[in-house]
Amino acid sequence: MSEGMLKNGISAGRLEPGQYARNFSDLHPPLDKHEAFVEADRCYFCFDAPCMNACPTSIDIPLFIREISTDNPLGAAETIFEQNILGGMCARVCPTEQLCEEACVREEAEGKPVKIGQLQRYATDIAMEENAQFFTRAPSSGKTVAVVGAGPAGLAAAHRLSMHGHDVVIYDARPKAGGLNEYGIASYKTPDGFAQAEVDYVTAIGGIEISLGQRLGGDLTLDGLMGTHDAVFLGIGLGGVNALRAEGEQTAGDGLTDAVDFIAELRQSDDLSKLPVGRRVVVIGGGMTAIDAAVQSKLLGAEDVTICYRRGQENMNASGFEQELAAAKGVTIRHWLQPKRVLSENGKVTGIELEYTQLKDGRLVGMGHTLTLPADQVFKAIGQTLDDETAAGLELRGGRIAVDDEGRTSRPGIWAGGDCIDKGDDLTVTAVAQGRDAAESIHRYLSGN
Amino acid sequence: MADIRNNFVGIKSPNPFWLASAPPTDKAYNVERAFKAGWGGVVWKTLGEEGPPVVNVNGPRYGAIWGADRRLLGLNNIELITDRQLQLNLQEIKQVKKNWPDRALVVSIMVPCDEESWKAILPLVEETEADGIELNFGCPHGMSERGMGSAVGQVPEYVEMVVRWCKQYSRMPVITKLTPNISDIRKPARAAKNGGTDAVSLINTINSITAVNLDTFSPEPSIDGRGSHGGYCGPAVKPIALSMVSEIARDPETLGLPISGIGGVTTWRDAAEFLALGAGNVQVCTAAMTYGFKIVEEMISGLSNWMDEKGHASLDDFTGRAVRNVTDWQFLNLNYITKARINQDLCIKCGRCHIACEDTSHQAISKTKDGKRHFEVLEDECVGCNLCVNVCPVEDCIEMIALEPGMLDQRTKKVVEPTYANWTTHPNNPMRKDPAVEPAE
Ligand SMILES: Cc1cc2nc3c(=O)[nH]c(=O)nc-3n(C[C@H](O)[C@H](O)[C@H](O)COP(=O)(O)OP(=O)(O)OC[C@H]3O[C@@H](n4cnc5c(N)ncnc54)[C@H](O)[C@@H]3O)c2cc1C
Ligand SMILES: Cc1cc2nc3c(=O)[nH]c(=O)nc-3n(C[C@H](O)[C@H](O)[C@H](O)COP(=O)(O)O)c2cc1C
Ligand code: SF4
Ligand code: SF4
Ligand code: SF4
Repeated sequence: MSEGMLKNGISAGRLEPGQYARNFSDLHPPLDKHEAFVEADRCYFCFDAPCMNACPTSIDIPLFIREISTDNPLGAAETIFEQNILGGMCARVCPTEQLCEEACVREEAEGKPVKIGQLQRYATDIAMEENAQFFTRAPSSGKTVAVVGAGPAGLAAAHRLSMHGHDVVIYDARPKAGGLNEYGIASYKTPDGFAQAEVDYVTAIGGIEISLGQRLGGDLTLDGLMGTHDAVFLGIGLGGVNALRAEGEQTAGDGLTDAVDFIAELRQSDDLSKLPVGRRVVVIGGGMTAIDAAVQSKLLGAEDVTICYRRGQENMNASGFEQELAAAKGVTIRHWLQPKRVLSENGKVTGIELEYTQLKDGRLVGMGHTLTLPADQVFKAIGQTLDDETAAGLELRGGRIAVDDEGRTSRPGIWAGGDCIDKGDDLTVTAVAQGRDAAESIHRYLSGN
Repeated sequence: MADIRNNFVGIKSPNPFWLASAPPTDKAYNVERAFKAGWGGVVWKTLGEEGPPVVNVNGPRYGAIWGADRRLLGLNNIELITDRQLQLNLQEIKQVKKNWPDRALVVSIMVPCDEESWKAILPLVEETEADGIELNFGCPHGMSERGMGSAVGQVPEYVEMVVRWCKQYSRMPVITKLTPNISDIRKPARAAKNGGTDAVSLINTINSITAVNLDTFSPEPSIDGRGSHGGYCGPAVKPIALSMVSEIARDPETLGLPISGIGGVTTWRDAAEFLALGAGNVQVCTAAMTYGFKIVEEMISGLSNWMDEKGHASLDDFTGRAVRNVTDWQFLNLNYITKARINQDLCIKCGRCHIACEDTSHQAISKTKDGKRHFEVLEDECVGCNLCVNVCPVEDCIEMIALEPGMLDQRTKKVVEPTYANWTTHPNNPMRKDPAVEPAE
């Protein structure tokens, strides 16, 4: 064990220098050609394939796997990108065990689905390494579309719009494009600058201008965008973070952190040994963000990391695979505990008091009994919210932008997709599907049919 | 414990598994190892006439096709007969036979198609005290261009003539190895019998090109950019070999002629099938070349266990048992009506049966039930063709159920007849015979 791990409080450099790179390397090393052939051989080429129906972007999975098995990886990549231009990222981050691989008939047959995600990565990696481009732009329509947000939803929309001959300007508030692909996804899922490489690959089709540091609600307004473009697509994700609603939250001082901010900082860090983390960490939440914050704290050298979730295991949003990953990295997951009070001394967090919970008549209630966990750092990972001033003037539903089946908001000429809409489900692949489909709707609107 | 000892034309071996004449039996080193591993016998790699030996190509001599996970399904070769000195082979044969008196050691021979050549080599082989000879009339490449191998095997008159010389100039049992590169395998078998052969063995390899290199446009295996047809063997040829063996086994003119079954034997089950179709033993080449000699252990144990389970005390108990069930199409029972049935507990809902039947067969498998994915056979459409069974990835998931006499065939709306009826008496047959004529079974 390294000396740094024993430092109390929040501290950087907990590990030996070489350990960081090992801890944050690729979670699933890519399949080599032989492995890909062996795995592709397992696919039955199902009729009306269940895996394909379970994919939010409806990639023709049996076809692309067959193309891999006949040593036609570029054909496979084209099949993937036709439906999902961010197929490379999705291959890395999709919780496949809840999507395509859960539906794979080999899951039913022997509990071992075809490794669809890994095969998808095999094909898309080859195409992207060669920068093989499969799509060309239709003749210019003379129309321009503003896309706000350069995350998966915005990028997918922009690519499809450009394909149809429209000029696109993507506006994003952040200094880099990619959305949560760049600032959110766990670093061991997408190492080596993949998010930026993918942005370049997607925009290589041409006709897409990216304008960074442009914030809707700041310099940009919906009215202004509507004045300068023929249509607007909003893919702004969820900017805000839910409050804990625990005592002491406002006065906790150092050590009470939004998990997404911590992760963003981690993703942007070029020297992880300089990134501070607590010796004892508690993460409040039960989704992918909670898992990622906990696992990455552990990988940075935190000694003791506990996730506290207010309901049972079966209610956790994080997939079984994610939960196992956390457990394997040494994270403790506790259930039926909700935050009551953040404890602090001299402006520093010292622990958290939690209340046991139970279900009564289907409602979650506190049981009065409490538990105190000492902690130097407490992460809030209890869900993000729409930053509602950005959506000013648009109808909301359940706190997110209301859209119809085609992604149209309440205001004509404005579409939305991804995490920010009421139909979002906090998955990259869903954001891609919604961006793509909204683009088709915008195209129909712009071509007058 | 089943007795799997084998007696083939008087040649005894502890089991019916012999290695076929090929690289595994090329020299004492291999054969000794094979015997140690448990092989019952070997047919020594084919010897040629005295003098400078043949030369092989110095580039690749094998091509292949593969199934899932690169499982080797078919092998092709352009190797010739032995490229070692005749005397060296003969010395080794003699020594090996001395070391392994309980194993079968047969020597394969191929010399030019004239009496002198055969007359010259036979005593040399006899002197080794080998158990018998096998006449290689099968090699389809190289040697055939020089008037030997399949060039002889394809002309029944030559086969008969050479066999006759061998019987005349030697006291050894003669096994005539046949080429499958011929339209009617019964012709050379009959010729061999007429010449006095003790047995036939088949099949040798089949003319083949396994692949074409799409960069260089050379056939594979490529020798400096060009290729030649080679001999095909391995699991892929087994169905062809089984059929040829059965043709000879049920031909009235060769009835009772011992057969050594060769072609694609890879497991005990393959061997049992050859025996059931009338082979007296089997020879193996590709399986050994793929996995090494050790596979014979699985063959021995698998065959014995199956025999114990079925109550077959010795090989004779089941040898030839399937022969009488091989018949001509015209004698198949047209009143035997089957319907496919899917076992829903085993079905994994891949839908392959549906799409196969829908696109290429009889539109007899539905794909949904109450709006859910569900595959079920429509009895009123199913012709019982078995395609769905063959494409289903789950073994035994789809069964063919025979309708009992008296039941209604939902497709034809006819009641199933209890009687046997075949094409020869069918009303649609313009050449139908008097129904009184019994099938030639
Ligand atoms: C920590 C974490 C881990 C995750 N892990 C996974 C995972 O493993 N697998 C998975 O499928 N999903 C995961 N998700 C969810 C996934 O990242 C999102 O569902 C997905 O990124 C949503 O895409 P989007 O385009 O809708 O929004 P985002 O990716 O959030 O992109 C929105 C973009 O809009 C920009 N923006 C926001 N407001 C404005 C504004 N006012 N003006 C201009 N630009 C603005 C932002 O800067 C950002 O670039 C994770 C999420 C988090 C937070
Ligand atoms: C490389 C190779 C060389 C062979 N050489 C001979 C030979 O010299 N004489 C012969 O009778 N058969 C020869 N054969 C044919 C085999 O003995 C056997 O008949 C054939 O391979 C079919 O059996 P299998 O499917 O078990 O391989 C050869 C086969 C191979 C693969
Ligand atoms: S369900 Fe599984 S086996 Fe079937 S096509 Fe999809 S990946 Fe292949
Ligand atoms: S047996 Fe043939 S016709 Fe009947 S369901 Fe199967 S494929 Fe279709
Ligand atoms: S092929 Fe077999 S497993 Fe697949 S749906 Fe048909 S019956 Fe079920």
